[in-house]
Amino acid sequence: MSQKQILKEKIVEESPRDDLIRRERFPHIWCPGCGLGTVLKCYVEAIAASNIPIDKHVIVSGIGCTGRIAGYVRLDSYHVTHGRPIAFAEGMKIVRPDLEVTVISGDGDLVTIGGNHFIHAVRRNVDINVFLVNNFIYGMTGNQMGSTTPLGAKSSTSPYGCPEFPFNLPLLAAALGAPFVARWTTLHVRQLADAMKRALQVKGFAFIEIISPCPVGFGSYNDLREGRDFIKLFLENCIVDHSADLNKVGITLRPGEPIILGNFVDREVPTYHELELEVFRKAGWLK
Amino acid sequence: MSLKLVREPINKHLQKVPLGIIHVIPERCKECGFCIDLCPKDVLTVGEERNIKGYRWPKIADGKATECIACKMCEWICPEFAIFVVEVDRREHV
Ligand SMILES: Cc1ncc(C[n+]2csc(CCOP(=O)(O)OP(=O)(O)O)c2C)c(N)n1
Ligand code: SF4
Ligand SMILES: [Mg+2]
Repeated sequence: MSQKQILKEKIVEESPRDDLIRRERFPHIWCPGCGLGTVLKCYVEAIAASNIPIDKHVIVSGIGCTGRIAGYVRLDSYHVTHGRPIAFAEGMKIVRPDLEVTVISGDGDLVTIGGNHFIHAVRRNVDINVFLVNNFIYGMTGNQMGSTTPLGAKSSTSPYGCPEFPFNLPLLAAALGAPFVARWTTLHVRQLADAMKRALQVKGFAFIEIISPCPVGFGSYNDLREGRDFIKLFLENCIVDHSADLNKVGITLRPGEPIILGNFVDREVPTYHELELEVFRKAGWLK
Repeated sequence: MSLKLVREPINKHLQKVPLGIIHVIPERCKECGFCIDLCPKDVLTVGEERNIKGYRWPKIADGKATECIACKMCEWICPEFAIFVVEVDRREHV
């Protein structure tokens, strides 16, 4: 074989990571340029690096484009009602503390329709991982604004600009006492996978906000029509600051105002499971 | 907009640069362009052939066959699990 032949791209039919994805369902449903496939990639890499047996991992998703993630991972996966994956995951973790329970779902699902479950799960410090994909919109149902749509951003239900302030999610999670809080984009693949890996180790509620391109939904209303437009936005505007003042990390998407990323919080907080066992002991139900 | 290397180490001549062999799964590609845009060595370009859905999967650009340094950025960023890189010993191929 000549050198030239060896050094061409090789055409193949499967990837080395097909062991952790449901390859028979590929290509997946997500639009060209959508960041969700990259979130999936980072998650399966984090699982592979986690040293936790594969059969101990479970994934729970709600409804939406992001909600389809559970169906593409070769794990025990649960696709539950809209807004309720955290409630479902809490129940599962409380009954089966041996499982490593991860929720991956959308911004609309987890903090708009499901916002109350989010608040109370963080407050209780249930030992689950929540990876929230923020594409600033209710994607799957037609690009309506939600609680993460930046002030002034356009959507199908805010054609003249969103008149509401969005959630600052890292601040919210940290204020409720979360032991681990991070934010990355789908451009920051290795940092995101490392944060996921750390989240799998952390005891208690581990929260990662993942900023992800949605060129067909949010992007089409906001001059970001291709996935690469979002990547350019991330390259030009993201700043990594692990010790950022969380009061100042709200996302505006206005020109010149940065998107601040980092592993903001990593601390020890007693988990719901530990505190519950203490109560059981006091009540005499456990020795 | 690619991630260009700005620093040059003083012991550069002593360093071994890995070589990557690029593998593509054409039927998964949706032509988002992330691999092409984010390769720090500009190894990839849009291919000529189309898959069953009409997307042109990436190919190695002219004259770039030995440029891949196996950083795997394309593999990590690809939302479709459609490209991956196998690192080999550069001395055996170049
Ligand atoms: C109880 C209920 N209300 C509304 C819907 C309609 N619905 C389906 S997906 C979706 C939006 C999901 O948005 P998000 O969680 O941000 O996911 P994305 O599609 O943006 O990834 C809505 C409102 C539903 N399926 N069930
Ligand atoms: S609508 Fe947006 S989030 Fe949904 S698959 Fe398309 S790009 Fe992804
Ligand atoms: Mg959304």
